[in-house]
Amino acid sequence: MRITVNVNRVMLEAEVEPRLLLVHFIRETLGLTGTHWGCDTSNCGACTVLLDGEPVKSCTVLAVRANSHEVTTIEGLWSGTDLTPVQEGFHVEHGLQCGFCTPGMIITATEFLERNPDPTEAEIREAISGNLCRCTGYENIVKSVQWAARNGSAQEVGA
Amino acid sequence: MATLQGHTLGDRMPRKEDGRFIRGKGHYVDDVRLPQMLQSAILRSPYAHARINSVDTSAALELSGVRAVITGNDLAEQGLAWMPTLAGDTQAVLATDKVRFQGQEVAFVVADDAYIAQDALELIEVDYEPLDPVMDSRKALDEDAPVIRDDKEDKEDNFIFSWDAGDKEATGKAFDEAEVTVRQEMFYPRIHPAPMETCGAVADYDVSTGQMTIHMTSQAPHAHRTLFAIVSGLPEHQIRIISPDIGGGFGNKVPIYPGYVCAAVASLVLGRPVKWMESRSENLMSTSFARDYHMVGEIAATSEGKILGARSTILANHGAFDAHAQPGEQYPTGFFPIFTSCYDVPTAYAEATGVYTNRAPGGIAYRCSFRVTEAIYVMERTMDVLADELEMDPVELRRKNFVTKEQMPYVSVMGWEYDGGDYEGALQEALRIAGYEELLEEQRRAREEGRIMGVGISTFTEIVGAGPGKKCHIAGIEMFDAAELRIHPTGKAILKLGVKSQGQGHETTFAQIVAGELGIPAENVDVREGDTDNTPFGLGTYGSRSTPVGGAATAVVTRKVREKAKKIAAHLLEAAEGDIEYEDGRFFVKGSPESAKTMDEVAFAAYTDVPEGEEAGLEAVTYYDPPEMTYPFGAYICVVEIDRGTGQVEVKRFIAVDDCGVRINPTVIDGQVHGGLAQGIGTALMEVIDFDEEGNHMNSSFMDYLIPTSMEVPNYELGEFVTPSTHHPLGARGVAESPTVGSPPAVVNAVVDALSPHGVRNVDMPLTPAKVWKLMREHGVEA
Repeated sequence: MRITVNVNRVMLEAEVEPRLLLVHFIRETLGLTGTHWGCDTSNCGACTVLLDGEPVKSCTVLAVRANSHEVTTIEGLWSGTDLTPVQEGFHVEHGLQCGFCTPGMIITATEFLERNPDPTEAEIREAISGNLCRCTGYENIVKSVQWAARNGSAQEVGA
Repeated sequence: MATLQGHTLGDRMPRKEDGRFIRGKGHYVDDVRLPQMLQSAILRSPYAHARINSVDTSAALELSGVRAVITGNDLAEQGLAWMPTLAGDTQAVLATDKVRFQGQEVAFVVADDAYIAQDALELIEVDYEPLDPVMDSRKALDEDAPVIRDDKEDKEDNFIFSWDAGDKEATGKAFDEAEVTVRQEMFYPRIHPAPMETCGAVADYDVSTGQMTIHMTSQAPHAHRTLFAIVSGLPEHQIRIISPDIGGGFGNKVPIYPGYVCAAVASLVLGRPVKWMESRSENLMSTSFARDYHMVGEIAATSEGKILGARSTILANHGAFDAHAQPGEQYPTGFFPIFTSCYDVPTAYAEATGVYTNRAPGGIAYRCSFRVTEAIYVMERTMDVLADELEMDPVELRRKNFVTKEQMPYVSVMGWEYDGGDYEGALQEALRIAGYEELLEEQRRAREEGRIMGVGISTFTEIVGAGPGKKCHIAGIEMFDAAELRIHPTGKAILKLGVKSQGQGHETTFAQIVAGELGIPAENVDVREGDTDNTPFGLGTYGSRSTPVGGAATAVVTRKVREKAKKIAAHLLEAAEGDIEYEDGRFFVKGSPESAKTMDEVAFAAYTDVPEGEEAGLEAVTYYDPPEMTYPFGAYICVVEIDRGTGQVEVKRFIAVDDCGVRINPTVIDGQVHGGLAQGIGTALMEVIDFDEEGNHMNSSFMDYLIPTSMEVPNYELGEFVTPSTHHPLGARGVAESPTVGSPPAVVNAVVDALSPHGVRNVDMPLTPAKVWKLMREHGVEA
């Protein structure tokens, strides 16, 4: 079926199979490979994107579900020149190693800080608990989010 | 450093590679898109053990969009149905006669897209005749055990190897005569590295040139190219392995898996690029597991706690094919003989038996330098059992037995030559950070209040950085590693390496080594890895060998370049080469540092104004064979509290003091330790791959194979301790595996300590709430 999706502020039309997963629409149909796929069961969160500003695991959302909606991927956070505070925080605080979970983590953290710009450590840990990281042991990811909170992350993203 | 406009060795430099990852611009195998590329899927066995009567692919082949279906029999016609393993055994690429574990590869479908390939799997009909499986290694050698490897001529049992090391007789005598002996059986369960990125490949065969390019999740691209050449018969110079960004490896991406081979065969047959990517379930079920060791730990000691001898017996479960990753067939248990660890043990003996079972083949060294994890676990657990027997503080017992720094360079009774160390000092630092006395006081109060709190200690030495080449090899290739450094006319450098980062930060740390040796800021040194056409031959990254071998190669090659730079500087300064001194990126005549030539000036002259008799250019290559391995060590303290009602273990604190010698980038080191501690805590508390009696895999997704989230791990309390390695040109050691080696016994020791007043002396990992709850109830601990 034919769908129209606003992806990173650009309207896109595509013909898709009804069974096509959103993660495959993003990666294969659109070629936006910053969104990763790490498990079959929506446990790992590497595929997290924003759907109308809400984080979703795109491996368990059908592409047709995004018809007439807005999708923001990691590529949509970056303006082309400036990093967002969350992106910068991950760099400054060594919040990534292999980088595979990083886009999903950054998406999750970005939306979280919009809702909660001054979070406690416990709130950060809970917010990112649906995103698995096998490299960092999480402490530096928590610090990255704290860095972003301190350095003005409450800016508009998506939509 | 004053003269540098940037970062150098020892700095907490933010990572150079981060930029692409935080923008979603990392480039992993699954991101490779080539014109005409096809997708694939693997049909896998639902049985752990079954005879294959027939495979009917006709319906699958009729499905629109299916380009090929390859079976074991198809491969057999090309002599490719079986491939050699790193351990010298054979492994089925696609099953022909039997399937030998659940999830084994049976057929390979190539289609226009991945969804069609999956559809086609359902159309393949396989007639299986189920056989009794052997799942428990303790039953594998029973008289009536079904024979798994009946593909091997005259094979009548499931025996793979027996091995021993040390002095059996002297150790036996020490045990016979000792005042105190302890013996503890334990099981280090089967676990999985589970990197966030699964394994995969894009094979791209060019019919017109004969060139085979394989983009592949490979921790060892050069070794893999050679192995591909040997197995396939393709000429090695026409095989190119490109290992792009890797989303975590931890040993999972060391072996060659059937999926890689099938993708290559399919591309050869179809003349088009073919991609294969594992699903998470395929990753957990088929590509390599780790551990799966039943062990007995024994120590003989005086009544004062001085160790007189140590002994260990191993039953190793290698699954259906012996695809064990090891640095040569002489090490069927890897570096297990390091089990005497940081203790001055006068006599020791270890023996092992390896068996086949109907489990997935392996095993790999998951974030571990070849079975060091198991060796340290058995020692550290048995030490605590001895402390319990002697009613002695585990700290006191360890102190009594440490190899002292005065004994360095110490040669262990198992023959390892240690490269310096101060175990007592590292432990002292850990105790200081922990506030050990206050912790024990807190534990006393907790017990009065009815809370179950435990403190666990683990002290250890690792052994990492294989070679030397004369002692260690992969498929006959000696384990050196290489570095190639080129300084360009404007003083900017490119460093090419044979090792391959999977997230460890090589692009930063190795640039810092060049900076430290040559004064070129690390910002101006680009590090290239992972492309066999464009990097020098090396054995790859695993067993913490990047810094000990690749890092050493980098230091040596940079010094080579510096020697040539000196010649050019002498020419520029109109002085004799012997009179030139180097300091912080500047070359000057002895005694006249004010009139120095900078590295930039020398680099430019290398292309514009070389002395007579010298070639132009400023570059060198080094193949570095380490003199010996390095021995990073650590002292860890874990504090846990157990919920009486649920059995949930909470890690309240984790203190880790690691000594990896000279620290190239402390931020990267801290990050490596953090990650390893999380994996070790996961190993101790939740991770396990288990099977039911019929051979069904019980942990084949992240719903069932639990790895730590941000909620199960604490903030880590790290200490810094630096004893330079005498086996490394920079004094550095590998570090990233220490935390996975040292932390599981610290966690288990803490849990056993918590429950020791109730008579608990051992419990096997993982310490899930259900297991701890049951253990508490069995020992009379009520909610």
